[in-house]
Amino acid sequence: MLRLHQNDQTLDPQSPLAIRGLSVSYGEKPALFSVDLTVAPYSMTAIVGPNGAGKSTLLKAALGVVPRLSGQVSIFGRALASERHRIAYVPQRASVDWDFPANVRDVVLMGLYGKMGLLRRISRDDLAIAEDALAQVGMQDFAHRQIGQLSGGQQQRIFLARALAQNADLYLLDEPFAGVDAATEAAIITLLKKLKDAGKTVVAVHHDLSTVTAYFDHVAMINTRLIAQGPVAQVFTTAHLQEAYGGRLATAQIDRLREAGHY
Amino acid sequence: MAFTLTYNVALVMFGAGLLGVAAGVTGTFMFLRKRALLSDAISHATLPGLCGGFMVMVALGGSGRALEGLLLGSAVSAALGLLAVNFLKSQTRLSEDAAIGAVLSSFFGLGVVMLTVIQNMSAGRQAGLDQLLLGSTAAMLREDAEMIAIGAALVFLVGFVLHRAMTLTAFDENFARALGLNVPLIDAAAMALVLAVTVAGLKIVGLILIVALLIIPPVTARLWSNRAAYIWPIAGAIGGASGLIGAGLSSLAPDLPTGAIIVLVAAGFFLVSFLVAPARGALASAMRHRKFQRRVHRRQGLLALAQGYRILEPYTRKLLQREGYVRADGVMTERGQSAATAAQRDEARVAYLRSKPDYAEFLSRHDGLSDLSRAFTRDELAHIDTRMEAAS
Repeated sequence: MLRLHQNDQTLDPQSPLAIRGLSVSYGEKPALFSVDLTVAPYSMTAIVGPNGAGKSTLLKAALGVVPRLSGQVSIFGRALASERHRIAYVPQRASVDWDFPANVRDVVLMGLYGKMGLLRRISRDDLAIAEDALAQVGMQDFAHRQIGQLSGGQQQRIFLARALAQNADLYLLDEPFAGVDAATEAAIITLLKKLKDAGKTVVAVHHDLSTVTAYFDHVAMINTRLIAQGPVAQVFTTAHLQEAYGGRLATAQIDRLREAGHY
Repeated sequence: MAFTLTYNVALVMFGAGLLGVAAGVTGTFMFLRKRALLSDAISHATLPGLCGGFMVMVALGGSGRALEGLLLGSAVSAALGLLAVNFLKSQTRLSEDAAIGAVLSSFFGLGVVMLTVIQNMSAGRQAGLDQLLLGSTAAMLREDAEMIAIGAALVFLVGFVLHRAMTLTAFDENFARALGLNVPLIDAAAMALVLAVTVAGLKIVGLILIVALLIIPPVTARLWSNRAAYIWPIAGAIGGASGLIGAGLSSLAPDLPTGAIIVLVAAGFFLVSFLVAPARGALASAMRHRKFQRRVHRRQGLLALAQGYRILEPYTRKLLQREGYVRADGVMTERGQSAATAAQRDEARVAYLRSKPDYAEFLSRHDGLSDLSRAFTRDELAHIDTRMEAAS
């Protein structure tokens, strides 16, 4: 479906994140081509697809982190620019240099930038918010730790704490479970489910197909183009997986994945 | 020669100090953004514009020495150099450092040729343009110093206003963009500040060495602090002190280029900091390493004793003996006995915790080396012991 000339107003006003006809390219080859995506409110949506399918690019382009060639994005039915304060973005952990001179609390406070602006001094309230966010990810004892000394799982937790400090309605996470220990993975998924229960919407780029059914209620499968989107039970099917991953997944593997959620 | 604080010397010192503060603050962003070298391209690219400005002013019938004209010319060519670097980076597949190298040397080469031509012009011989390469204070006018001071103060002000946005961009560009920050604008503002510092510093520090005043203070400040929030002011202070002291020293040796003296003072700060700074200095690092090594040997030795092995490594033996854990003949003292038992018990606890995935997070509080009682409360340890007993 190629619909290039559509007004933002016609996008689903109920959806926390609606995308129409999104195309992105880093060179001549498109990373994403005419992707339509409507995230269901109060859902936990996994974005899955093979390596290089454009999963991270989808989030980045939706947020204007990378320029888009075409397409519209609406956030809660309105333009991105006016709704940025309702979004918390968690980039890939590996996308920053953890040797940067900052401690854990400094990083979490960055989540309050939208509130503080250029010059306002950090207040007692701000510190309380940061402390609370750290407590939610079990890192309250690490506030003054140098970020370079953290393990991978701890780094992911403080990225999540920074997003929590933003007190957003829509959480966009890029591979939140990549390279973290089992305890952190469990802690993060518990937290995300709590967010969902509190009326937030969670969208995560996810690489581990075996946990899709257990962790998420909605899924969007992409491979440059959108393959399918909707509730996990309807979309996470053998046919769709084979379409998205091609020959990379054997049917037997897929059956096991489908079973994983129903033990 | 004695140091006398004349009005003129005070003026120059004040100007150089302010310039140093501005350079330290501006350089911090370039350093945190890992683009320190770009300042080098900007400063070297000022030379052709400087000479061009002179030539234009002479052609228009002036003496060519008006500082405003020279500064304007250098700002224009530095901006062109910056555009060239960005163009090469975005249009070709050159990396930024390669693009910087190409632009820096080409612009500087062109500048040197133009300078040679000027030196052979009749108006050029007295112009003293060569002093703008390495800086001088001998011929500084009051107006010059005032202009430098105002420029530096403006740069400092802008840098201060933008420092939070700049730190955020330097640490996590994607996150900054997602928040709606205009990252290209912030980068452009930083370049403009570097440009302003370079141009303001032409007279005192000179265009070749200004880059040192942009880079050395933040690098030195990094040795003193692990937090960007402190690196800004420390870098500003080091830059300011270098400018102030360097300009003062320069008044004692008018034959030496001022820029070189200021940079050497800054380098002195770096050297001292490198040795003694507590956060990342060489001495502190060496001491931390020694301390860590002692902890490893102590733990290894105590565990070996607890299991009834002989300690073969001489360093371990000496350490345990010195700390009163074993006697000279290698037999454990009472203190050694109890420490070895405690180490052994901790080891068993860790082994137990490690076998239970549920405790992975709990266990991550322990560094794997020190007594468990330092990482866990008495209650927690009691809980572990009960669970262990129940399991065995």
